[in-house]
Amino acid sequence: MPLKRKDLLGIEPLSVEEINLILNTAKAFKEVSTRDVKKVPTLRGKTIINLFFEPSTRTRTSFEIAGKRLSADILNISASTSSVVKGETLVDTARNLEAMYPDIIIIRHSRAGAPHLLANICRASVINAGDGAHEHPTQALLDAFTIKEYKKQIKGLKVAIIGDILHSRVARSNIHLLTKLGAEVRIAGPATYIPVEIEKLGVKVYHHIDAAFEGCDVVMMLRIQRERQDKSYLPSLREYFNLFGLTPERLRRATKDVIIMHPGPLNRGVEISSEAADGPYSVILEQVTNGVAVRMAVLYLLMGGKYEEVVS
Amino acid sequence: MKKLLVKKGRVIDPANNLDEHLDLLIADGKIAQVGKQLEDKEAQIIDAQGLIVAPGFIDMHCHLREPGREDEETIESGCRAAAAGGFTSVACMPNTEPPNDSQSVTEFILKQAAEKGIVNVFPIGAATKGLLGEELAEIGELKETGIVAVSDDGNPIYNGNLMRKALEYTGMFDLPVIDHCEDRELSAHGVMNEGYYSTLLGLPGIPAAAEEIMVARNIILTALTKGQLHIAHISTKGSVELLKWAKAQVLRITAEVTPHHFTLTDKEVCSYDTNTKMNPPLRSTEDVDAILQGIKDGTIDAIATDHAPHRRDEKNVEYADAPFGIIGLETAVPLALGLVNRGVISISRMIAMFTINPASILKIERGTLSPGAVADMTLLNLSERVKIDVNSFQSKSRNSPFHGWELKGRAIITIVGGKVVWSAKHII
Amino acid sequence: MAYREKVQLMDAVTMDRSLIRIAHEIIERNKGVQDLVIIGIRTRGVPLASRIARKIEEIEKVSIPMGILDITMYRDDLTAVGPQPIVRQTNISFRITDKKVILIDDVLFTGRTIRAALDSIIDLGRPKFIQLAVLIDRGHRELPIRADYVGKNVPTSLDEVVEVNVAEEDGKDSVILMEKEE
Repeated sequence: MPLKRKDLLGIEPLSVEEINLILNTAKAFKEVSTRDVKKVPTLRGKTIINLFFEPSTRTRTSFEIAGKRLSADILNISASTSSVVKGETLVDTARNLEAMYPDIIIIRHSRAGAPHLLANICRASVINAGDGAHEHPTQALLDAFTIKEYKKQIKGLKVAIIGDILHSRVARSNIHLLTKLGAEVRIAGPATYIPVEIEKLGVKVYHHIDAAFEGCDVVMMLRIQRERQDKSYLPSLREYFNLFGLTPERLRRATKDVIIMHPGPLNRGVEISSEAADGPYSVILEQVTNGVAVRMAVLYLLMGGKYEEVVS
Repeated sequence: MKKLLVKKGRVIDPANNLDEHLDLLIADGKIAQVGKQLEDKEAQIIDAQGLIVAPGFIDMHCHLREPGREDEETIESGCRAAAAGGFTSVACMPNTEPPNDSQSVTEFILKQAAEKGIVNVFPIGAATKGLLGEELAEIGELKETGIVAVSDDGNPIYNGNLMRKALEYTGMFDLPVIDHCEDRELSAHGVMNEGYYSTLLGLPGIPAAAEEIMVARNIILTALTKGQLHIAHISTKGSVELLKWAKAQVLRITAEVTPHHFTLTDKEVCSYDTNTKMNPPLRSTEDVDAILQGIKDGTIDAIATDHAPHRRDEKNVEYADAPFGIIGLETAVPLALGLVNRGVISISRMIAMFTINPASILKIERGTLSPGAVADMTLLNLSERVKIDVNSFQSKSRNSPFHGWELKGRAIITIVGGKVVWSAKHII
Repeated sequence: MAYREKVQLMDAVTMDRSLIRIAHEIIERNKGVQDLVIIGIRTRGVPLASRIARKIEEIEKVSIPMGILDITMYRDDLTAVGPQPIVRQTNISFRITDKKVILIDDVLFTGRTIRAALDSIIDLGRPKFIQLAVLIDRGHRELPIRADYVGKNVPTSLDEVVEVNVAEEDGKDSVILMEKEE
């Protein structure tokens, strides 16, 4: 079964089969990263543009390594060096890039829906590498891949996602993916960070972290970025850590083989204590490793699926 | 001036409780005679058999963009769009550049309208200088020049004390204050309705409460001042309930609704199509149901377009960065007829919401077919299938979410002051 | 396009005989099994490789390292029209540098699969040499590639298909030459 789509804009539109295809394909690509020669010729001659309108080291680097290990030509354009600073619109930027015949454009943007705008006007496949508070599909896929490595299957797992759900694209993509694959998803955070009607996405809302951790198999901590927000959300980071910070003591309520995940970069002492981040339950670095494999799979599948794309 | 004889149409004039097949004779730009089987040898005959003959439709809330943003719309193009959509009169909002807060701007608009506009243009003056919400505009002078209401348009009159003064001061001139009800702190950076879909799409939401708080405040201030308040583009269930309560207190409060707010829900935003972005935003199904109920039970008085032209490139940006607003002059009548087709309201009630009701709110001598009245008329064909095509619009802008929609019924002849200004697909 | 059986080329017995012969030839040509490793190409090269490995082990009484190669990432027809191949894992748990690699596949046809396999193996390390064993060589090479060990040479026309069934994948051992139905 090929991935029957031109673009990867989010997890929400994906079927369970498509998600499983990506995760299974990623297994094969993970092996490549363990070789001496970490490169296969799969996407030789393909041009990939990493178009980042927001600062990002992790995701951009991960895509770049993924592209390079598949032998694609991958180049980075970041907002500070692009024409964006000269006031060019996203549509104009996209049309100019498109004129150079890229095969894939990976976009990170602060505005929800920006990748959709791009996908509508570009022949190239568009991959959403994070759009505002909307989605970050490859993050959710790599999280699921990591969970499967530790827990074999996702169905039936209790997963707690803790923090600023309102502004988190990672939370949204993970909620979609984990509920599709049959996990029990709990979200917890300050009431000001819980978006309205989130229960309709199939999650349970908790306002106390201990209750959310009870019997949990997986804990995902989200990054708190109070410095970038309206201060009315949270009185202080100190109070946040006291109420929702992840500490080894709190983790005792979870199952014995709980895993701790974090999309990075970490705010040590804000959402997670160093003891927890560096402790035995943490799989944070494994997430980073798997990110490359999952992104290789996505690049491969979107290119392989290209033969059906033209009509859309 | 040529006489016109409109024959055999079904004449619906809610102001006179009239709904029967009659002929209308128009002479000197006025309704000369209404009766059965009228004859006049000099008159040009319009065969209205199978058509509805209604008083000329009035859009009490539109943006013609001139002066200042002639790239988006001009008084000339906006009037043509109005005529094509079946409107004989439009009331244009003061958010031009410069804003219509002085006699000279009002005069300019009226002069342009007289020279280039094919429908009547009734300017709405700024309530406060520069629409800044700091001090009252020279409303007395504006009234003298010809405004029919005051409003700060997209800016709510934020300061409660100033709103009170506006309601008091306009009382001297018998002008309504039209307010865009929005608590800007609550709506913050919102770009769509706050609800399930804003959560799903990760877009900042505008809660219904942002509108309702200001509706409530305005109702209370109207009670205090005995002023005349008109609520622009009502969009939430709570607002409808508040309005219903206010009307029960016999306050001078009216409200309008736009076709998009009774037709679309916030689910439309899922496409990230910026033509679904307007303020107030498209609301939930529950809100739309309450709006429909408010239309049905008469709580809501008028249908207005909030016609807001924007250039294509201004809208072809990231959702959050796109300007609010859509055009509506050329889609309002077919969408409102949808209410009739769906059995929400009668054709007569729908016509009232476009004619006598806005005319009464703005106190303009329009909206009826009584003998002696100005011969502004809209002829409707209720059975014609219409496919909305933005590329055929007379407006200079194309920002409509209804492109491609198939609807039933539309206005086909527009008569202003006894002159046919629009017929089927071309201007006479 | 529908195909029908034209002729059966091998059954379980003849297939086994061929594999025994190939096992003996491998040992003989390499003068023993020192540094010998066997790599099967997915999908049907894998069971054939493990059978040959087992036969060599029986004969020589030593264990032979065996690996699995998925060549999908090395294909040259990735974006061509047609169903997209599923990538599966390559599983070679030993180092291949300085090893004598015996590459095993079911059918040698255009040579493109073997080209991809050679590239793939060379990316994994620097073997002493690579030899190729196939169950069927049906001709029509598009690249200068030949097999060192062949179970059976079968002259075919281009519109025929060689169907190899192995018990591990298909529930029976057989090789059938299929022709197009008119």
